Amino acid sequence: MKYLDEYRDGQVTRQLLEEIQGVVTRPWALMEVCGGQTHSILRSGLDRLLPPEISLIHGPGCPVCVTPLELIDRAVALASQPGVILTSYGDMLRVPGSKHDLLSVKASGGDVRIVYSPLDALKIAQQNPDKQVVFFAVGFETTAPANAMSVFQAKRLGVENYTILVSHVTVPPAITALLDSDEVQVDAFLAPGHVNAVMGYHEYEALAARYHVPMVVTGFEPVDLARGILMAVRQLEEGRAEVENAYSRAVVREGNVPGQRIIHEVFELCDRKWRGIGTIPLSGYKLRPDYAAFDAEQRFPQVQTIETQESALCISGQILQGLKKPIHCPAFGRECTPQTPLGATMVSSEGACAAYYRYGRLERTLEETKG
Amino acid sequence: MSTSEKINLSGWTCPAPLRNYPQVVMGHGSGGKMMADLIGHLFKPLLDNPLLGQMGDSTTFILEQGGRLAFTTDSFVISPIFFPGGSIGELAVNGTINDLAMSGAIPLYLSAAFILEEGLPMTDLGRIVSAFSAAAAAASVQVIAGDTKVVNKGHGDGLYITTTGIGLVPAGIEIAPHRAQPGDAILVSGTMGDHGVAIMSVREGLAFESPIVSDTAPLHGLVQAMITACPNIHCLRDATRGGLAAVLNELAGASSVGIEFGEGRIPVNPAVHGACEMLGLDPLHVANEGKLVAILPRADAEKVLAVMRAHPMGAQAAIIGEVVESHPGMVIARTAIGGTRIVDLPAGELLPRIC
Repeated sequence: MKYLDEYRDGQVTRQLLEEIQGVVTRPWALMEVCGGQTHSILRSGLDRLLPPEISLIHGPGCPVCVTPLELIDRAVALASQPGVILTSYGDMLRVPGSKHDLLSVKASGGDVRIVYSPLDALKIAQQNPDKQVVFFAVGFETTAPANAMSVFQAKRLGVENYTILVSHVTVPPAITALLDSDEVQVDAFLAPGHVNAVMGYHEYEALAARYHVPMVVTGFEPVDLARGILMAVRQLEEGRAEVENAYSRAVVREGNVPGQRIIHEVFELCDRKWRGIGTIPLSGYKLRPDYAAFDAEQRFPQVQTIETQESALCISGQILQGLKKPIHCPAFGRECTPQTPLGATMVSSEGACAAYYRYGRLERTLEETKG
Repeated sequence: MSTSEKINLSGWTCPAPLRNYPQVVMGHGSGGKMMADLIGHLFKPLLDNPLLGQMGDSTTFILEQGGRLAFTTDSFVISPIFFPGGSIGELAVNGTINDLAMSGAIPLYLSAAFILEEGLPMTDLGRIVSAFSAAAAAASVQVIAGDTKVVNKGHGDGLYITTTGIGLVPAGIEIAPHRAQPGDAILVSGTMGDHGVAIMSVREGLAFESPIVSDTAPLHGLVQAMITACPNIHCLRDATRGGLAAVLNELAGASSVGIEFGEGRIPVNPAVHGACEMLGLDPLHVANEGKLVAILPRADAEKVLAVMRAHPMGAQAAIIGEVVESHPGMVIARTAIGGTRIVDLPAGELLPRIC
């Protein structure tokens, strides 16, 4: 595929890996923030081709994984209501709530539909005026413009039976929380290229300066990732701490200005609970008062009281903060598999645990076979 | 009118029942005249042969060739019933023929059970049974037993078809999932993922610039050509649900061997590749309906590959990897950048990724 295969080229990747090898002199820990990056690293086997000095820590940038359990329970409760059509991105359907997931609500007769865009959900609302259509609006800044646009359009068109269940989170406060934590040891960040494509990277410049930590805006293909790692390692070796852009084919410093405008038109910042991490101040979006009529939790106030506790076995919080790797979890691959996930990091194909389960068990198995 | 003009019920007769219903109604499954009409006017003309013509509760026949038989059954519940590249009709024939062919069998006879949902347009049923009939004729198999049932509206999805097949395995052929051996070569007969993406594109209302069509096709001709070139084929599987990844995992498990293949060697239609990128799916997990995976001795691989490529069902065949002794039960892909990864079974229903 043109514009994609070039960034999966084996020879170019190997050349970059050689350059990394030539530059690195001591151990460094790099965090790739976004789940899509984790997925690509493990799928291509890039992690095993890096020099041993470099360790990658998988960050909290998987929207499915950080959505708190109680929001999933609220979505399940909404989907179980008669007269409600719950629409969602596909991979939220398998995330277990405390009792059910959305797939089992669907099997019991609930009307749960996968959409590829919230604008499709809005269309469903227009086609079903006698039903309440709720869109499960999860995601980082990447999905925020489209989700905001659906609400903006619903208001403009007077579609009154459309609401969204908002669970939006934003990246910079999460990075700040990680950097403020004493436990988390990250020397440099590979910033999430798709979030930067929307928001730009000026916010990250302040963080890099304040914490003296290099940040490299990085894409999602093996060549992009290898280039991002090389640039981060160079900064570390040279003692620099700047924001650099290794994904210039998609990202400019200012980001997507019309996209930001629609986000700010519809959403405002709020405190958000992150699954496994806890509440981070001003780390998410909620609907502005002007758009509160489209808030599913206002339309169906009965779901506001649903609160839930996490599984005691699951260590996804520590995994999302890069404190532990999935293979350090006693439940990994045993009680917890993609078929029987205990936590969201095992559910989403972008989740660190699922990515490890799918692509990362090789070394352990080879060791066991040898042993 | 006065009340004195009462209708004389004694002379009342029921009007003749409609023969030409535009839709399937419950009466078509009643066992009465309407059902006889449906079978007589729609099914029989399209599927008739002397054995089906016996019209008994069961069909009796003698297999004059003798030898080892292959026997299989499969149900088809696909939605939508018409899709780019075919319909549930040819799918139900080709699917069962392919299951027979994967034992090396030459398909002989099929049975077919049609479960019709009340309200199914008669023209749709006609088109589907015609496609069914054409696929059976193209594969030289006869339908020798059948059944139709009608279920209430809302209790089915248009129609379901179950087909059962019998085939004859030529002497000396021993194809089975447990026969893969370290050193064997692994081949696929063509591009992966076409059927699943074609279905998803209509189901989800996705439009792609170049249309993606299902690869539904019978593979027994290709298999016979392969067997002629190499009677000692160890394993054959058609890569349907779960795709190539599922088949390789099943074979690795059944034979207690490891499997390794080069990701870049898997043929994938560029449009399918693009659709999978967009939807966040792996073409290795997506279903095919006219593609097989073969495991056979390395020494015969080039010869079989040449035979496959010369056959219309195997024009894009490729040698993709090999069977190894290490990591038994596990399938490993070599990635384009020189890394490796485990290729696992898909967890459940394929769900598109969020972003």
